[in-house]
Amino acid sequence: MTEITRRKLITSGLAAAAGAAGVAFAAKLAQGHGLIPPDAGVRYGTGEALTYAAQRVLGSNANAREFSLAQISTNPFANEVDPLGDEFKRLQDGGFADWRLTVDGMAAHPTTFSLAQIKSFPSSSQITMIGCEEGWTYIAKWSGVPLWYILDRVGASPQTRYVVYRSFQHDWWESIDMADALHPQTLLATGMNGSDLPVPFGGPLRLRVPRQLGYKNIKYLTQMTLTDNPKPFGKGGTGGFASDFGYAWYAGI
Amino acid sequence: MSATLPVPNRDAKPRSKPDVAIQSSQSFLVRHSALVRLTHWLTALAFFALLVTGGEIILSHPRFYWGETGNVNMQPWLNLHLPSSRDTVPTGYGYVLPDQNGWSRYLHFEAAWLLVATGLLYVIWGLFHGHFRRNVFPARSDLSPANLGSSVLSHLRFERPGGDEAWSYNVLQRVAYLIVIFVLFPLMIWTGLAMSFAFDAAFPATVTLLGGHQTARSLHFLVTILLVLFVMVHVFMIVFAGFRTRMRAMIAGRVVPPKD
Repeated sequence: MTEITRRKLITSGLAAAAGAAGVAFAAKLAQGHGLIPPDAGVRYGTGEALTYAAQRVLGSNANAREFSLAQISTNPFANEVDPLGDEFKRLQDGGFADWRLTVDGMAAHPTTFSLAQIKSFPSSSQITMIGCEEGWTYIAKWSGVPLWYILDRVGASPQTRYVVYRSFQHDWWESIDMADALHPQTLLATGMNGSDLPVPFGGPLRLRVPRQLGYKNIKYLTQMTLTDNPKPFGKGGTGGFASDFGYAWYAGI
Repeated sequence: MSATLPVPNRDAKPRSKPDVAIQSSQSFLVRHSALVRLTHWLTALAFFALLVTGGEIILSHPRFYWGETGNVNMQPWLNLHLPSSRDTVPTGYGYVLPDQNGWSRYLHFEAAWLLVATGLLYVIWGLFHGHFRRNVFPARSDLSPANLGSSVLSHLRFERPGGDEAWSYNVLQRVAYLIVIFVLFPLMIWTGLAMSFAFDAAFPATVTLLGGHQTARSLHFLVTILLVLFVMVHVFMIVFAGFRTRMRAMIAGRVVPPKD
């Protein structure tokens, strides 16, 4: 009886040690492959890290589902937006001719684009679903220039690992990894359902990341910064406004 | 030291011949193996976390739809008429609950990982170790209409289980556990994954086979209700059959042999 117990003890001990070493090795490997999200260290961040790593390994190049014209929602919900203020009103009255998007950071040619310039770039369209973390969804046709085109144009450094982006509503900022930033469906959306993107839906310019939830699809885009580390941005060191506020940085689920 | 102990015999039908262990001078029968006990309580922990956080997430939009799309501009098939943690949802209540979705979503997915890992460990071990064959799959004879009928009747009459049921599951228990393990939990995981935009990108059939994103969400909620009903009956039956013996069996693994 004792012998079996001892053998069991030794076996379990070895298994536990091997398990711990395995976890440490996997974590190191994941770190090396950029599979650890910036908010992995927060409470319950382990689950987030597992989800992010698993989804990146399973299909970082996969396309979000696209729908038919007939499936476009006739009654999309814009969600509420905090008051945009007088400066926004002035820009809106001018037909957003003075709207600017600055792209800086790890770029060979940091550039400030006008809305007209952005609209003149090769445009792409997709009929995709947007969903809120609350659970509701709608389908729309989004059009605009793919983000990879802009990154190419500003000469993004190969060391770039994240794109940090900011809204006209200055508190709102987020970051995405290069798997999403270079993804063909990630757009600087200027159009929705065949016309200019309406203001309640984020017009004149919204980042459309169809494989992530609405809160990563920031409205009223004004600035993008290419970086290898999003943690120094913002106050919480988690790579985004939502994650500083207690929401997961990765919103693919 | 007591009288005769049943002889351990792995080849025999174990319902009546449980494993025997001896420790010092005390005798007891091993009712649940260590792995069953561990995975049972890990599952209970994960399920509790998933239930609380899932309920919290629902409060941010306590309405359910069929198909792909659904939002406050559309007609839900089910409106729970609960107060919401969002002022964009028309609830009929004059107040808005505090937003707790951040940690709820974090914990929901972390608990889901724990549940899936625990479930895989349990199912793989159970298949290789003969746990399902010996303890969970009902014997063919138990599935005869007469046997099933008498088991249903005895349950309906609220007859307390006999001594032999202290180390074996009756046929209705076996059927219920099989449904929970091989139908309801897999459905929960499937419908849950179907709500992930990135997972659906990689495996679109996950959601299209179900009939859409909002259908997946509705089914996730409906299966939750079935699982909650199961847990309620499960806990009731434990109290009814003998809380102390059943809890001792699932915590310490032992049942004291009946005195013949």
